Amino acid sequence: MNKQVLLCTQNLTKQYPGVLALNGVNFDLAPGEVHVLFGENGAGKSTLISMLAGANHPTDGSIEFNGETVQFSNVADAQDIGIYTVFQEFSLIPTLTVAENIFLGWEPMIGPFVDHRKMRKRSTEMLHELGFDIEPTEIVAHLSRAQQQMIEITKAFHGDLSVLILDEPTASLTDKEVDHLFDFIKELKSRGVGIIYISHRIQEFARIADRITILRDGVKIGTVSMNEADDSTLIKMMTGREISEIYPTIKHNPGNETLRVEGLRTAGIFDASFSVRAGEVLGVAGLVGSGKSRLFRSVMGLTTRVSGSVHLNCKDISHASTADIIRSGLYYLSPDRKAEGLDLAKSSNDNLAVNLVMGEKNTNNSQFINWKAIAQRTQEISDHVEIAQQNRNKIVSQLSGGNQQKVLFGRCFGQDVDVFIFDEPTVGVDIGTRAALYRLIKELADAGKAVIVISSDLPEAMNLAHRLLVLAHGHITADLSGDEINEQQVLKYFFDESGEKI
Amino acid sequence: MTPESKQISPFGLLRKLFIKVGVLPFFLFIALVVFTLLSPRFLTGQNLVNVARQSVYLVLVSMGQMLVLISGGFDLSVGTSIALTSVVSALGMVFFAGMFPDMIWLAIALGALLGFGTALLVGMVNGVGVAYFEVSPFIMTLGVSSVGAGLALFLTGGVPVSGLPFAFGDTFGFGRVWNVPVPVIIAIISIIVMWVFMSRTRLGTQIYAVGGNIKAAHLSAINTKRTLMISYMICAFIASLTGLLLTARVESGEANLGSSIALESIAACVIAGVSLRGGIGRVENVVLGGFFIVLVQNGMNLAQVSSYMQMVLLGLLLILAVIFDQFRYRMIMSGE
Repeated sequence: MNKQVLLCTQNLTKQYPGVLALNGVNFDLAPGEVHVLFGENGAGKSTLISMLAGANHPTDGSIEFNGETVQFSNVADAQDIGIYTVFQEFSLIPTLTVAENIFLGWEPMIGPFVDHRKMRKRSTEMLHELGFDIEPTEIVAHLSRAQQQMIEITKAFHGDLSVLILDEPTASLTDKEVDHLFDFIKELKSRGVGIIYISHRIQEFARIADRITILRDGVKIGTVSMNEADDSTLIKMMTGREISEIYPTIKHNPGNETLRVEGLRTAGIFDASFSVRAGEVLGVAGLVGSGKSRLFRSVMGLTTRVSGSVHLNCKDISHASTADIIRSGLYYLSPDRKAEGLDLAKSSNDNLAVNLVMGEKNTNNSQFINWKAIAQRTQEISDHVEIAQQNRNKIVSQLSGGNQQKVLFGRCFGQDVDVFIFDEPTVGVDIGTRAALYRLIKELADAGKAVIVISSDLPEAMNLAHRLLVLAHGHITADLSGDEINEQQVLKYFFDESGEKI
Repeated sequence: MTPESKQISPFGLLRKLFIKVGVLPFFLFIALVVFTLLSPRFLTGQNLVNVARQSVYLVLVSMGQMLVLISGGFDLSVGTSIALTSVVSALGMVFFAGMFPDMIWLAIALGALLGFGTALLVGMVNGVGVAYFEVSPFIMTLGVSSVGAGLALFLTGGVPVSGLPFAFGDTFGFGRVWNVPVPVIIAIISIIVMWVFMSRTRLGTQIYAVGGNIKAAHLSAINTKRTLMISYMICAFIASLTGLLLTARVESGEANLGSSIALESIAACVIAGVSLRGGIGRVENVVLGGFFIVLVQNGMNLAQVSSYMQMVLLGLLLILAVIFDQFRYRMIMSGE
């Protein structure tokens, strides 16, 4: 390893209200190196890169670029010196064309006017050079997520690029597209560009990584070079414990069939049929864009169904409204707690109370609320999901991701539910909270509820589930159980259809 | 507020007060000081009772406006509901009084019912547009307010409807029970009902939940469309009640009643700490907010500020209140 340092951070720290997101991290990147950031959701990877990208400001510590301390007041500052970041959340304008997006803020001009012809021509060249097969005149909203990702990467190639930061770039790409991306990363390496690469997929590291830095709960655990790292050490460094300590063993006592979906069709879902039994945990895995979330949102009546039937405890709820579906005993926990899970400006108690007020059993169906009874139940639920006493009257936006997720879990105990659908139940949650949430899932299954866990985190889906549905491109490609649930098998079905259908 | 508050520094206390109730106590204090200095007649018992009586109409409309603001929208058509109620109920009363000259109270009741019905229709149109067609509340209620104002003028030809039964104005405009003006009694009853509704009923809680996060509310088994619809209809109903009281006060049906009340009621709510983002607001504060606006108008009258200048100041006050609301929201979200 040469001692040349392109970019480094000294004691970089970021304090959010109530959360220390990043705590004194020293990180360095050499030219021509691929440096992987590895860690759980909420470990601080995104916080670290957001500061390197100029999107966020450190509370303490400094960033050095080519040996000089730099301060970014915004993303454009970082881009000016050649640090370009491809975020997970795309920065594309959906209503503009591909070419307009690529040249947003850099439009070639003829006098005071935008030179559209030159823009299209340059875009075509750039896309071609990167091997992406996309028309520059296409409207971005019409593209697939993978294609949008490609545009996002293409945008990075203005001016002189010296550091490229990629945040989970392969999350929505097919195998072939991933190969393409990796070739292209190698090409950049040979040009001396330093690459910071965030990914959950250990199997990718051997192909591209030079060094790996592991973060956990905002602290740097260590940096290892690729040739001395193996999977189990990495996982142990990431989680701080053995896998067996995180996931509880859930006994499989399948009861009666509670939820039955037949021939469900909706936008992006083709003919999905499956069923769940009481006391069973059904895992649902698939890539981003495979339709795993969409399938269940359509079951909940959140998107319109084209055809197919949904039965809950033998009751037909194919055409019921979301409110009626929830009242019949099907609960959906949203993957996005901020956008559709919680009322951020209210306290934890207030959030829990809404579901209690709506749950019939606590109000005797009267239009008037017995606040005393509600307060009592709120307390019981808070104890059950382990919300700390001092957090119960705090505004939810001030709580950490893990505590917010506990409140979100608490909400589903307010209503009478037979089938729980947990969509990405541990996204952005620290490892301690994850273990607590898994225990709740175990308790529910033990109590004879059916639990569906939709997860992009494959170990999570595999370790919790008695049965595992795999989705690819809107089709259910596998319904695995028992020993069939192993990584090779599951990954095979992830990509199974990617080349063939659609 | 709590005994264990860490610092008792005066600044810390003011900050806490600001976070808890918003900008209203500060505005109220400043207004009292300024107008007392400007006019010796301002801070007298007689004048304050007068302000309380005058503020009945704005307080009522503000409570309806608050409901819609909490649900996450706003209603620019409250003035139109007032005007339409006034015109329709006046026309109705005159018509039925001609039909049943012996049963004057029946005529009044039928006319009032017609007025309420018209306003509920306005509220329903707003609700359907906002909830089911997802038109932005701004455009929807702005459009409806033009439609309604046009209809009110069309129905009357721009001429006030006169010849209302005397009993109507004598009772609801100038009547007193136990020496308390009837409009004040009606307002007090409405405030109590509203308070119970917002804090003790499931529907009230649902309105808060929908305004706080409509998607989360949807995923908690709340029928969000119905909730929005009901908010707009209750708002229109309260505006309609106000319209009847004003009609009784002026003793004629007029199409230009309530022309400035949309702005005033929104200002009253925002000053009283109702969040424009929805989900936050309290009945008792809004009552005080309505009172405050009328107090300022009264103070400006006594200080001989011209009515044109009053419009300028009221607009500025609204913008200032919204700016403070932004600060407060940021402070709430980021912790003490």
